[in-house]
Amino acid sequence: MSAGAAASRPSDRQRAVRDRTRRGLARRKVVNGIMLGVLGLCVVLVTLPLVLILAHLLRTGAGALDVAFFTRMPAPVGEREGGMANAIVGTLILVGVAAAVGVPVGVGAGVYVAERRGSWLATTVRFLSDVLNGLPSIVMGIFAWQFLVRPVGHFSALSGGVALGAMMIPMVTRTTEEMVRTVPVSLREAALALGYPRWRTALVVVLRTASAGIVTGALVALARVAGETAPLLFTAFGNQFWSTNVTQPIAALPLQIFTYAISPYDDWHRLAWAGALVLIAIILVLSLIARAATRNRFDASAGA
Amino acid sequence: MLLLATVAACGGAREQSSRSSVALTGAGATFPYPIYSKWFADYARQSGVKINYQSIGSGGGIRQLSEGTVDFGASDAPMTDAELKAAKGPVMHFPTVIGAVAVTYNLSALRAPLRLTGGVLAGIFLGQIRKWNDSRITAINPGVALPATDILVAHRSDGSGTTYIFSDFLSTVSLDWSQGPGRGKELSWPVGIGAKGNEGVAGQVKQTPGAIGYVELAYARQNSLPTAAVQNASGAYVEPSVESATAAAAGEATTLPANTDYRVSIVNAPGAGAYPIASFTWLLVYRGQADSAKAAHLKAFLHWYLTTGEQSAASLDYAPLPPAMIQRLSTRVDSLGTGT
Amino acid sequence: MAIAPQIVRADAGTPPLVSIHDRGLGDVVYRGVILFFALCVPLLVVLVAWEIARAGWPALHRFGFSFLTSSEWNPVKQIFGAAPAIYGTLVSSAIALALAASLAIGVSVWLSEFSPRSLRQPVAFLVDLLAAIPSVVYGLWGIFVLLPVLRDPVMPFLRDRLGLGHTAFFAGPAYGPSMLAAGLILAIMILPYIASVSREVLLAVPRSQREAALALGATRWEAIWHAVLPHARTGILGGVILGLGRALGETMAVTMVIGNRPEISASLLAPGYTMASLIANEFSEASSDAHLSALMAVGFTLFVITIVVNAAARWLVWRVERGARVSA
Repeated sequence: MSAGAAASRPSDRQRAVRDRTRRGLARRKVVNGIMLGVLGLCVVLVTLPLVLILAHLLRTGAGALDVAFFTRMPAPVGEREGGMANAIVGTLILVGVAAAVGVPVGVGAGVYVAERRGSWLATTVRFLSDVLNGLPSIVMGIFAWQFLVRPVGHFSALSGGVALGAMMIPMVTRTTEEMVRTVPVSLREAALALGYPRWRTALVVVLRTASAGIVTGALVALARVAGETAPLLFTAFGNQFWSTNVTQPIAALPLQIFTYAISPYDDWHRLAWAGALVLIAIILVLSLIARAATRNRFDASAGA
Repeated sequence: MLLLATVAACGGAREQSSRSSVALTGAGATFPYPIYSKWFADYARQSGVKINYQSIGSGGGIRQLSEGTVDFGASDAPMTDAELKAAKGPVMHFPTVIGAVAVTYNLSALRAPLRLTGGVLAGIFLGQIRKWNDSRITAINPGVALPATDILVAHRSDGSGTTYIFSDFLSTVSLDWSQGPGRGKELSWPVGIGAKGNEGVAGQVKQTPGAIGYVELAYARQNSLPTAAVQNASGAYVEPSVESATAAAAGEATTLPANTDYRVSIVNAPGAGAYPIASFTWLLVYRGQADSAKAAHLKAFLHWYLTTGEQSAASLDYAPLPPAMIQRLSTRVDSLGTGT
Repeated sequence: MAIAPQIVRADAGTPPLVSIHDRGLGDVVYRGVILFFALCVPLLVVLVAWEIARAGWPALHRFGFSFLTSSEWNPVKQIFGAAPAIYGTLVSSAIALALAASLAIGVSVWLSEFSPRSLRQPVAFLVDLLAAIPSVVYGLWGIFVLLPVLRDPVMPFLRDRLGLGHTAFFAGPAYGPSMLAAGLILAIMILPYIASVSREVLLAVPRSQREAALALGATRWEAIWHAVLPHARTGILGGVILGLGRALGETMAVTMVIGNRPEISASLLAPGYTMASLIANEFSEASSDAHLSALMAVGFTLFVITIVVNAAARWLVWRVERGARVSA
């Protein structure tokens, strides 16, 4: 600080510096404000399509949502009593199988890649996981057909669930890896210093701290596969009738939505939109439950 | 969530009370899906036998049948010789209903249906006729004020039986077309935008003034789209309808030999009232059936559709088979399952 | 430091004091399990690659290099060239990534830095919900809502009012179905993947970083730009790569809005084609062996391109990481 007694006036040079700083600060504040505006615009632009799509679905499909929708099987055109009960349950079953396949593999692989960062296997796994992510869903369906349907000679819910689970793996792996890496080293060190063996550190300390993020990633992956049609065409196949047998063809919401949406009948179009609403609602509810269950009491960012 | 699942489960339990499990599985064509789903639902109600049919595409149906993962297939185009050879045994073709492919367009000024000949249609889709007021179009539409705008062609991007029927017709009536794009479920189109599915083409035509496209009759009806009157082999301009499609089959049926395998095309059929762009759609079953229970179910259903099912076809804009064919097909069903 | 595993019980509640250098059974099992799961990934990829390569080999063998460079796709004459599809996949994904990455990062930054606590969960939830919308719904919404809007007024506006029609990128008639439409739909679809990863990574940046920057006199934006984002950089790039993968492989929605024209055109207003939609369009109906093989060959080409693009992205990440380490 320049040597100025409270009474002395600032020198010319001091005044110049002060003015320059003030101008610079003003400019920086303007930039700050502009960026804030840009970010706000981003938020609006992102939520806009969602709102538009949901509004469209509600407008066209909400009318078809009645009790019959949830309790009846699909009916031919023109009959009022049609529903998607089997498809709803079918999707739940498929999502369950997919999660059982995709989440353990994804989390395990993600933890491995995060813990063994430098090793060639970790790098390879991460790279191949990204490559797997780029596979069109229909190719995964063809692959699942080749290995899970053709040898046994018939379609099954299990093959569909496995195909979906395989598609989930890349996303869960990637999210798990990122989340595990964000856990501060200090937490790990503290646990190890207290005598926890490595496996316990990983399970109790690391995973629990990162769990919120991992669950988010798993849910987003689940949301994606729940809405996929192409892989199910040749695996789960679809079923007009009620079935909860995982070794037989099973109905699924995306399949039913697709079949109805490409038909010429307005009745069926409305049912398709209603089905989409129910599908989104299922994901919504699953997300809420999962997030509530893993809500962190301690923020990871509160550490050092 | 729990509530949802319970409610659905209750519905399922009630459904389950109709004891039987699924007896037959079939896959294939999307075009007849609405009428097949009605038939299988009605049949399940009347006989208690459940048949699960899913529309994964004609090609998919043929493939699954060849692999043996389904009990019967369905296709909008007859199986080729190569496909027949790849199957596990001889496959019988049973025509079920007749589909008409309507040519639809977006010309708001027109009051009456546009008239088109096969040659003009081919010219439009080949890109040789580019404007609506081209002399070749105005010549066959006297007194109609056609705009001087470009013709925007919409065709199918995905493989489909509808494309097969349409290209079959164009190949029959136009040498340029048969030597050019030819006949197939998917083609290399000289001009135009590819839309996915019938609803894609219908949507594209509806939204674009000056557009022209081809869709299944049901789509044109349900979406209130104008349909062109196409000139048939007898020279008359016929609009697509359930009656004109059945007339096409009737006209062709008279020329069928006694031992036909029904893999026939009925485009450009003879007869004054015949719509020229029409075709059968088929159910495909193996002649030799290993499982006698399934064979019995198949035969029972085939007899049922020929007698009862056909009567509900027209209500969904599907043309039923002409009565003359039904008798012959009935006899044919009986030869199913009797070995090679 | 080989300490014998003496288990000393301090009191009932604390875990036993065992030296971490000992390989207990728990450790062995743990490492075995995660190794097993990790190995599942390469195994799966190799299996899939082998399967589509095997199925696609006849077509690749028959057409050779021209499969990648020829623009003729004729199922009737059984001539197959996938160049327009390859071009379309790359262009549509590039557009989608550019749009989605900027928006997604923007939203994530807002969510982690500026949003009031009460809004954070709901808005984050809404963004993630974009992933729950089935791709077929995106496609149909695209046909019925997006395309008409693009055809009139958006595309004429871009082309005529903004004068962009003078460039090659916006020339030609505006039918609606186009590369631009595909890029837009894809951008909306891949947003949630980039956004969710970015958001979690940004939230995990230690508060101390922000506080230090602010204490030094930075504006809020400067604190984010200089202190928070560099921390989250590699994580965000990871999210972008996830979005990229999705963009390359999306089938249903793209095929409904892209126009499906196997032609290479510089104009964004012109229809195009992508590899994934090519396979989706024709697979169900393809019945000749040559056709099926050609489709599988396209799948294999997409697979190879995914590898190349991901390798390039990895290299970029490595460069960024190295730069961060140098400047740290």
